[in-house]
Amino acid sequence: MNEIFRYILMIVIMLFTLTTIAAWLIWLERRMLALWQDRYGPNRAGPFGLLIVAADTIKLFFKEDWIPPFADKVIFVIAPTIVAAAVLMSFVVVPFAPGILVSDLNVGLLFFLAMSSLGVYSIVLGGWASNNKYSLLGALRGASQMISYEVFMGLSLMGVVMLSGSFRLTDIVLAQKDYWFVFTQPVGFVLFLIAGIAETHRLPFDIPEAESELVAGFHSEYSGMKFGMFFIGEYLGITLVSAMVVTVFFGGWLGPSFLPPLVWFALKTFVFILLFILLRASLPRPRYDQLMEYGWKIILPIALLNLLITGAVALLMY
Amino acid sequence: MDIAFYITAAVTLISTVMVITRHNPVHALLYLVISLLSLAMIFFLLGAAFAALLEIIIYAGAIMVLFIFVIMLLNLGEETAAQEKKWLKASVWTGPAIMAGILLFEFYYLISSSDAVLYNEPNIGPRPVALSLFREYLIGVELAAMLLMAAVVGAAHIGRHKKVVLHRFLKEKEMS
Repeated sequence: MNEIFRYILMIVIMLFTLTTIAAWLIWLERRMLALWQDRYGPNRAGPFGLLIVAADTIKLFFKEDWIPPFADKVIFVIAPTIVAAAVLMSFVVVPFAPGILVSDLNVGLLFFLAMSSLGVYSIVLGGWASNNKYSLLGALRGASQMISYEVFMGLSLMGVVMLSGSFRLTDIVLAQKDYWFVFTQPVGFVLFLIAGIAETHRLPFDIPEAESELVAGFHSEYSGMKFGMFFIGEYLGITLVSAMVVTVFFGGWLGPSFLPPLVWFALKTFVFILLFILLRASLPRPRYDQLMEYGWKIILPIALLNLLITGAVALLMY
Repeated sequence: MDIAFYITAAVTLISTVMVITRHNPVHALLYLVISLLSLAMIFFLLGAAFAALLEIIIYAGAIMVLFIFVIMLLNLGEETAAQEKKWLKASVWTGPAIMAGILLFEFYYLISSSDAVLYNEPNIGPRPVALSLFREYLIGVELAAMLLMAAVVGAAHIGRHKKVVLHRFLKEKEMS
């Protein structure tokens, strides 16, 4: 009974923390974008514009929640929840610190990949159910982009699995006691980061949205809290990919002992969230066909080659 | 554990029946996704976590998305739904349903008469799966790989088309 209570407590705390983080990331992103682009950013509501989050939330809640009459109503309502649910499910296997995780599955890394592959449905169904040309185009782009980059995401992680000999995320973290995997798997890290950006369809790879060509892409017809769900899903996705990068390539909670493990984990994750925002602030969006060509003609061969070399080295060394 | 199994099995059965009876193809596919997810859940309950996750990654996460992708492109409207409705008459499905019922009865008889254990091996990790795949069943894996390679080559061949030059000055040259 005690064990079950501990799990439930952990889940509730995690849910609360993550949604709060996702909400504050809106403020962080807008401030940092402004900083890097020499603007002020939101600075009126509260100290440093911090209350912009509250203002945004209130606005989203009180907006008219409009379902277009030509939409497929049930799927239109379900679609935004899928992405948030899938991302939150992935956090089940993320080890924040020793003991601070919900489930230590022996196939944790695969669980993360499975959940991130389910996130595609949100875009596809949202775009289809909207019954709008721009949404449909966004959905098609999103589906092909995310399916393609899922492949590279899986392949880029397999090198780490070979070196650590386990799919269990705590084992992967503990295998980095002497050196982080980013040093032995630099190619895998870069590929995972690129695939992670494409999976969360963030700028520069926000091709399903592409507001300059497709109005707002797959969520053109969404408003109110349904749009907010997509929004929160995106920020949760950033947090998740940053947390996974830290867990798999940067030693997770490991660090010099003057700070507790959880703080190390949070600090490292924060750095990668900032990197995501910096990428958004600085890089232009590629064309859709360029993105696909880049994926299949450059990233796939590199990922396979990386896997081959890692396998050969692992075979010779161990 | 038993209750979890029965709930999941019920979800699987109901969603699979819904796949067949829906008139809207996208709704049918969504039920198929649910069916695959609950099937993965059954694998998980039987201790095969690795197989369960592969099921989600490959079937629910990739193949079904491609199915929906194609159906979205086809843009099937009211007419297809009406046609589906016409096809799903009692005279069409009674025959197969009776056959399937006989099979189900036979299956039930075989299970109840044999002493097969339902939950034998708790939690099979990825290692034994990999070992059996690449030792005992290596030839099967290689054959499947060859088959897939043939499919990829075939798809690439069908999808290949001559590059059309759309520039207005170069067009004449291309035509001649």
